[in-house]
Amino acid sequence: MKNQNLNINQEYKYGFTTDIESIKAPKGLSEESIKFISNIKKEPSWMLDWRLKAFKRLKTLKEPNWQKPKYPKIDYQDLYYYSAPKSSSNKPKSLDEIDPKIIETYKKLGIPLVEQQRLNGIAVDAVFDSVSVATTFKEELTKKGIIFCSISEAIQKHPELVKKYIGSVIPLSDHYFATLNSAVFTDGSFVYIPPNTRCPMELSTYFRINASETGQFERTLIIADKGSYVSYLEGCTAPMRDENQLHAANVELIALDDAEIKYSTVQNWYPGDKDGVGGIYNFVTKRGICKGKNSKISWTQVETGSAITWKYPSCILQGDNSVGEFYSIAITNNHQKADTGTKMIHLGKNTKSKIISKGISAGFADNTYRGLVDINEKATNSRNYTQCDSLLMGNKCGAHTVPYIKNKNSTSTIEHEATTTKINEEQLYYCNQRGLDQEEAVSLIVNGFCKEVLQQLPMEFAVEAQKLVAISLEGSVG
Amino acid sequence: MLNIKNLKVSVENKLILNDLNLKINPGEVHAIMGPNGSGKSTLANVLSGKKGYEIQGEILFDELNINDISVEERAQKGIFLAFQYPVEIPGVNTNVFLRTSLNSIRKSKGEKELDTLTFLKLIKEKAKELGIDEKFLSRQLNVGFSGGEKKKNEILQMKLLQPKLSILDETDSGLDIDALKIVADGVNSYKKKDNAFLIITHYQRLLDYIKPDFIHVLSKGKIVKTGSAELALELEKSGYKNL
Ligand SMILES: Nc1ncnc2c1ncn2[C@@H]1O[C@H](COP(=O)(O)OP(=O)(O)OP(=O)(O)O)[C@@H](O)[C@H]1O
Ligand SMILES: [Mg+2]
Repeated sequence: MKNQNLNINQEYKYGFTTDIESIKAPKGLSEESIKFISNIKKEPSWMLDWRLKAFKRLKTLKEPNWQKPKYPKIDYQDLYYYSAPKSSSNKPKSLDEIDPKIIETYKKLGIPLVEQQRLNGIAVDAVFDSVSVATTFKEELTKKGIIFCSISEAIQKHPELVKKYIGSVIPLSDHYFATLNSAVFTDGSFVYIPPNTRCPMELSTYFRINASETGQFERTLIIADKGSYVSYLEGCTAPMRDENQLHAANVELIALDDAEIKYSTVQNWYPGDKDGVGGIYNFVTKRGICKGKNSKISWTQVETGSAITWKYPSCILQGDNSVGEFYSIAITNNHQKADTGTKMIHLGKNTKSKIISKGISAGFADNTYRGLVDINEKATNSRNYTQCDSLLMGNKCGAHTVPYIKNKNSTSTIEHEATTTKINEEQLYYCNQRGLDQEEAVSLIVNGFCKEVLQQLPMEFAVEAQKLVAISLEGSVG
Repeated sequence: MLNIKNLKVSVENKLILNDLNLKINPGEVHAIMGPNGSGKSTLANVLSGKKGYEIQGEILFDELNINDISVEERAQKGIFLAFQYPVEIPGVNTNVFLRTSLNSIRKSKGEKELDTLTFLKLIKEKAKELGIDEKFLSRQLNVGFSGGEKKKNEILQMKLLQPKLSILDETDSGLDIDALKIVADGVNSYKKKDNAFLIITHYQRLLDYIKPDFIHVLSKGKIVKTGSAELALELEKSGYKNL
């Protein structure tokens, strides 16, 4: 099928489309399309049953509407729930079998899939619309007993693990979009790190929406067994279109005793044009559970894209002494909207959480931090530290901080700090006087403002993210 | 190099500089003295292109009228202002800032940008000349720097960026005797026949180290007296009230 590319706007350099034949599920949300997805993925029957259960449940749910950004009604019958490049419908076994056009696409995105270029030591799973097209470095990981593959493959090859953990953190009936995802999820990544194993490289998934009128519903499941460690990165882009496209992912993380999961996101979906036409609706459910004692989950997100971002990567701190962290940068420009934050649910004793959120708003954009810190009665001696800083550029944008705090025992402490500032004119003047133009100055100051979060990212990503921060704010001042 | 003609500056209808004339040639060192609130910093800001002032008259820099030119373009053309109160920029590494600054200026001149390694070598050299500990370069820009350290950092930037016209706004204030000497040495070592200085100060002691060619006294927005280096000694004795 052919897609027209909208007038290329300089700022979004990933807005191209790949002209490739694809296979699609019947249009609309129905048992038929769910069966189509399950069938094309050759899923076992328990998986299909699970999906259908979710679908049944979905019919009783309503879309939430408490969030700040409102959006026009989505016609769920007017979407495709599965789209895959024709050539990968029989999943390619090696890189040589992948359609060269797809390899080319990833190359344009700066993600080399081909063997000799993979010297940077990051294993990549690439998801193109609804299917995973390549997982690199697989053999090397297999030697250590690490499983890193697409969730579709995991359902077939490691059903015991998937069955045990899928839906264990985000229950089937959690909320509208999570349940929708459970019914129609197409692909995503699966990671299992065996006990006492430190994953020797960054694992990374790259999501790309290509086809139009397609929703992307990926599902990621990461399990860190006792005493293991993994750092996982995800990146996302999409072509520029004047329609809004839905991205409703579910990500579940499980950390057992003494395990640590570090999950980083650089989200750069197409944000829409300057007037707010088009762009991705990024409605994502991300949740991790520190199931074992002394376990740790750390979320880092850099959210610069999407028309609407609506997500709260959360931690359930169940194991004693477990630690949850959330580091976030959310940048909104033009007409973008973000309502993002985290939930830290303290259940175990001596649990600790830390929230550092940096919201930057420019143009006509609106940026909300919304977060919950809930310290249970039994979670004695627990601690939370929250710091939310908002930076405003110009006077047509908005920033809001909505913290919900519940402390149900007397031995725990919660600390919350929040600031809202305008970009400092004296700082801009100082930079200008040293020869930096307005854009360079803004980029430098904002990157400084975000530093605490940026330094959480793995090196390779940090550099990219800094550039992205600069690009996202182009034309926002003066 | 710099030619200011009938400059009038006001903020919110308040006249701050009134009919100021000043000419600076390459190789010259000019000092401006004057009571608090007489308009010295305002002059420095206006020369650098800071927004928010109503301006009449002409400012020529290398024969070119720069009245409507932006702050960064003036900086790129070689106007440097060492601030009276350098601002702190949290989260921004001093080295990164200095390199970005130098490269912006090089780019504007069509010169090649310096890579990190070459830059580090250069900046370490310059820092050493000013007795600045390398550790400062990896700290956040001006954050938690003492008053004197901030001033030294301004002189470091001057030496790095090699401007044609260096405006020093009370760079000597708050410096101890050793730092004052280091800053003065910094200025003297950069003095060449094709660049010039405009030094704003309250104290004669700086002028013991840096010999100005002219001293101007600014009062109520006007230059009321111009003289040679001896004028500073006179002012030290009898103050501004006789002028
Ligand atoms: N933005 C402004 N708004 C209102 N008044 C201003 C503004 N900027 C400067 N002024 C006033 O203009 C006058 C000159 O100020 P300026 O800072 O130039 O003085 P100065 O000669 O540098 O003084 P000092 O020796 O104390 O540094 C002062 O009365 C000051 O209050
Ligand atoms: Mg002053």
